[in-house]
Amino acid sequence: MAELTAHEVSEIAHLAMLTLSAEEAETMRLELSAILESMTALAAVDTSSVVPMTHAVPMDLRLRADVVEPSLPVEVALGAAPARAEDAFVVPVVISEA
Amino acid sequence: MSDLCHLSLVEQARRVAVGGATARELVDAHLARIDALDPRVHAFLHVDRDGARAAAEQIDARRSRGDKLGPLAGVPIGIKDVVVTKGQPTTAASRMLAGWTPPYDAAVVERLRAADAILIGKQNCDEFGMGSSTENSAQGPTRNPWDLERIPGGSSGGSAAAVAAGFCAASIGTDTGGSIRQPSSMCGVVGLKPTYGRVSRWGLIAYASSLDQIGPMTRTVEDAALLLELIAGHDPRDSTSLVDAVPKYRSKLTSGVVAGTKIGLPAEYFGDGIDPAVRAVLDRTISVMRDAGARFVSLSLPHTRLALPTYYLLACAEASSNLSRYDGIRYGQRVERKGASLADVYRDSRSAGFGAEVKRRIMLGTFALRAGYYDAYYRKAQQVRALIKRDFDEAFAQVDVLLTPTAPTAAFGIGETTTPMEMYLGDVFTLACNLAGLPGLSVPVGLTPAGLPVGAQLLGKPLDELTLLKAGRALEQRCELSPRWPDLGEVEGAS
Repeated sequence: MAELTAHEVSEIAHLAMLTLSAEEAETMRLELSAILESMTALAAVDTSSVVPMTHAVPMDLRLRADVVEPSLPVEVALGAAPARAEDAFVVPVVISEA
Repeated sequence: MSDLCHLSLVEQARRVAVGGATARELVDAHLARIDALDPRVHAFLHVDRDGARAAAEQIDARRSRGDKLGPLAGVPIGIKDVVVTKGQPTTAASRMLAGWTPPYDAAVVERLRAADAILIGKQNCDEFGMGSSTENSAQGPTRNPWDLERIPGGSSGGSAAAVAAGFCAASIGTDTGGSIRQPSSMCGVVGLKPTYGRVSRWGLIAYASSLDQIGPMTRTVEDAALLLELIAGHDPRDSTSLVDAVPKYRSKLTSGVVAGTKIGLPAEYFGDGIDPAVRAVLDRTISVMRDAGARFVSLSLPHTRLALPTYYLLACAEASSNLSRYDGIRYGQRVERKGASLADVYRDSRSAGFGAEVKRRIMLGTFALRAGYYDAYYRKAQQVRALIKRDFDEAFAQVDVLLTPTAPTAAFGIGETTTPMEMYLGDVFTLACNLAGLPGLSVPVGLTPAGLPVGAQLLGKPLDELTLLKAGRALEQRCELSPRWPDLGEVEGAS
């Protein structure tokens, strides 16, 4: 695995919804490159006949009965909101009026 | 350690049950100890003094009326700050959740309350459980009670330090790659990571959902057995929760049975990289157990060396998904500049709220899941995970349990570890257990010449916690630390 480029770090940060300062981005580039280097060992393992393991313990997807149960009251759900108005969370304007 | 505060959880519960101590006396003794000593240790992020005293008085009043009390009546228990508690702040040691008080209790907290335990406070940890030293807490590190210049391990470092220092009878920790066992080893306490699915994760702030598990951290193996028995069991709100019946671990924990137990010693856990002082303690432990009748079998887990990259790929991939919920909209920190767009609010809130290690793991996970890289990294790691699990299946066809060091070193100095890779290598003996979904138990078995605790790790078959606890009890009885507890000085009013 070659070292990550500054452009790649910037792309990943964009996907991860993070803004990195120039200094943070360069530290991140070096540290992630070192970590990814240690992961090259995996590439050498023959896994052509191995089924990927998605669960620690084999289990089927269980479905519960479709019964209506009490949920968090609106007032409680909004209790920790950084910004609210009436019964809603407030976000910056997403679609502006024409 | 003052009288009441060094008793085991089982003994504290017994005293309250028979009237040998009141719940209020227990709570006051622990609060006095916390107030006097925790400014130096920093195990707690929040201490619920008023709530604990009020709960204790209720229990004492119920007892005097002759009401039936729960099995943990009056016993103070601390909770790692990644487990949500109604009415007590829960921050995951992150700026992102500073000031947040959850509107509900985690399943494990509901069960503790139902058992009449006293929830004395929330304990420091690495941010969102990501770390091995508790230095990644936004609130500053916890210090090891055995040597205040050293780390307590992590990520459940506050929980381990609090049990070792006598601030609570037991703690509830969480373990994604060793976060219960490694700090237990470094603080000289007992830590049990149950089989994946044994304990409900409902209300655990998710880090890596296919690996996370909640478990007890205690001063004795018997305490761990009792606590597991009370918190384990099916919960329909966690779709990975196992339906299997919960054994009565504590009553089945016959004393010190080890003769005839077949214990595997995997070569990969005794090679290079172990501190000689840790190795010496493990060698002595093996010799003591052999004299007690245990049969040791040398074996190999050949894919062990791949556990570290496999773990960090899968855990970080899951973390990048799990932590995408923190966006500054519904709860948690929000940063909003004038004229900011919705995406700006997401980015600014996340960038200001998360610490460096959390950002690093989100970035690594985002990289691994990126279109075009998925097969080479994430899928590959899932395949190697299957090979690691297969190694254990083959080993457990030959032996009852495996014995290894819990960590390659004893507690290291605060600020001593400088690169992420150096820190990750400290987890090298605990990660495979989570990848395979197995139960793992760390039991203190000795001190280094510098006086630092060393733990032995026992790994067992899925859902075979009982065999682990029995073997752990045997270790505990034969390898007791001397001195048993760190000396933090006496506390007035805490007797």
